[in-house]
Amino acid sequence: MVLSVLALLLLVSGAWLGLAWAPPEREMGDVQRIMYVHLPAVWMGLLGVTLNFICSVVYLLPPLHLGKLIGPLRVLDELDADALAEASAEVGLFFGTLGLLLGSIWGRPTWGVFWTWDPRLTSMAILLVAYAGYLALRRFVDDAERRAAWSAVVGIIIAVDIPIIWFSVRWWNSLHQVQSSPKTVDPAMVLVLRWNAIAFLLLWLVFLSSRYVIAKSRRERELAPPALASEGAR
Amino acid sequence: MSASTRIPGLLRATWLLVRKDLLLEWRTRARANALFFFALATLLLFSFALGPDTTILRRAAGGTLWLAILLASVLALGESFRVEQENAALDGLRLAPADPQALFLAKALANGMLLLLLGVAILPVLGALAGLTLAPRIVMTLPVLTFPLSGLGAMALVLVLGCLAIAAPGTIYAAIASNARARDVLLPLLLFPLLIPALVAAAKATSLALEGDPMLQFGSWLGLLASFDLIYWSLGFALFPLVVED
Repeated sequence: MVLSVLALLLLVSGAWLGLAWAPPEREMGDVQRIMYVHLPAVWMGLLGVTLNFICSVVYLLPPLHLGKLIGPLRVLDELDADALAEASAEVGLFFGTLGLLLGSIWGRPTWGVFWTWDPRLTSMAILLVAYAGYLALRRFVDDAERRAAWSAVVGIIIAVDIPIIWFSVRWWNSLHQVQSSPKTVDPAMVLVLRWNAIAFLLLWLVFLSSRYVIAKSRRERELAPPALASEGAR
Repeated sequence: MSASTRIPGLLRATWLLVRKDLLLEWRTRARANALFFFALATLLLFSFALGPDTTILRRAAGGTLWLAILLASVLALGESFRVEQENAALDGLRLAPADPQALFLAKALANGMLLLLLGVAILPVLGALAGLTLAPRIVMTLPVLTFPLSGLGAMALVLVLGCLAIAAPGTIYAAIASNARARDVLLPLLLFPLLIPALVAAAKATSLALEGDPMLQFGSWLGLLASFDLIYWSLGFALFPLVVED
């Protein structure tokens, strides 16, 4: 609850900062302001898929029992890796799609086109389609145990493919703007970007935790033994 | 205990399973025939879609070939696990004293061979439709040595590596999809995004083998394809047991 309020506050203030307070960019003018939401959205998308990969690996490994090593880590042992994988894939897909759309909107006035085949865009698009497939797989398998195992396998396979896609498309074409490092960007812009990045991170955490709770309770209900018929008859 | 009750090692189990699949296939040849005519129909569709001007088709020949093989592979892969659904044959394989990795290797190899056969069969057809010629000489640049290949040799290499690239992840996904709902749409949905790097590399390398390679790029594309194969055959070998276990 606190997290949601905080996220909302930061998002609203971040929007004001981005739209009104930050200086306009030298070459692109006010159009550049969409970067303040495009970049954090893409980062949250990538964070989501990274978490999905980690959860997929963790699910397939034998239980780690981290709580035995360090007491506080017991909370990690209780995490349902499969539910978290489902939640992170969905939240990652949402933010990734948002980021891609925002980038597209930005591209029209700056590059003149909604889409180009440069490595970053193409890899991102493929990534999103792949994870949409992952979510479709989850929907089409009825058995909970199999769904978890197969999703973990597919999650790993997709994640391993991402760098390969990146390299192959880079050889195939390249055009995306050279990444600005904070040293070459106006400090005021860096501040706004970081502010919005934190705001998006909090929003991501809010979405992730709600989605995780939903996934976990669904899974528990599926794996629970069926209620006895005699209870109803009595 | 007689020799026939020995548990087969990995290679022997793989060989037995490959032999079973190829024998099944040889007896009816239904799948191979269907694949060939499907791929042929796909080539015709592409020719009509791209227009009567053969120059466009010639330039797009590399991509067209691999798209035809890829689309046909969805049928081939789906079928390879459908045969195991009858009479719970897959359970029988699981209970047999052979590693599930042997099942993966066998299925993937059999599928790869079938796709290779398909590729070899439709290449001359595409050649005739688009007026293709093979490049006279391709220089293969590997990290340690450089050697010349004929156009035909280069083409053969691309076909082998490309079909292996489709076979490994395809086999895993086919095993998953054959037990899920909407299996006919799930397999291509999962497989196509994954195979994009292999498709790009195979299509580019094929174009180079057909039209010549003045900038010596053939080695790089083939390297990408070979790396893809290595990674996905290893990954498949490690992960397949998790897919077929209960």
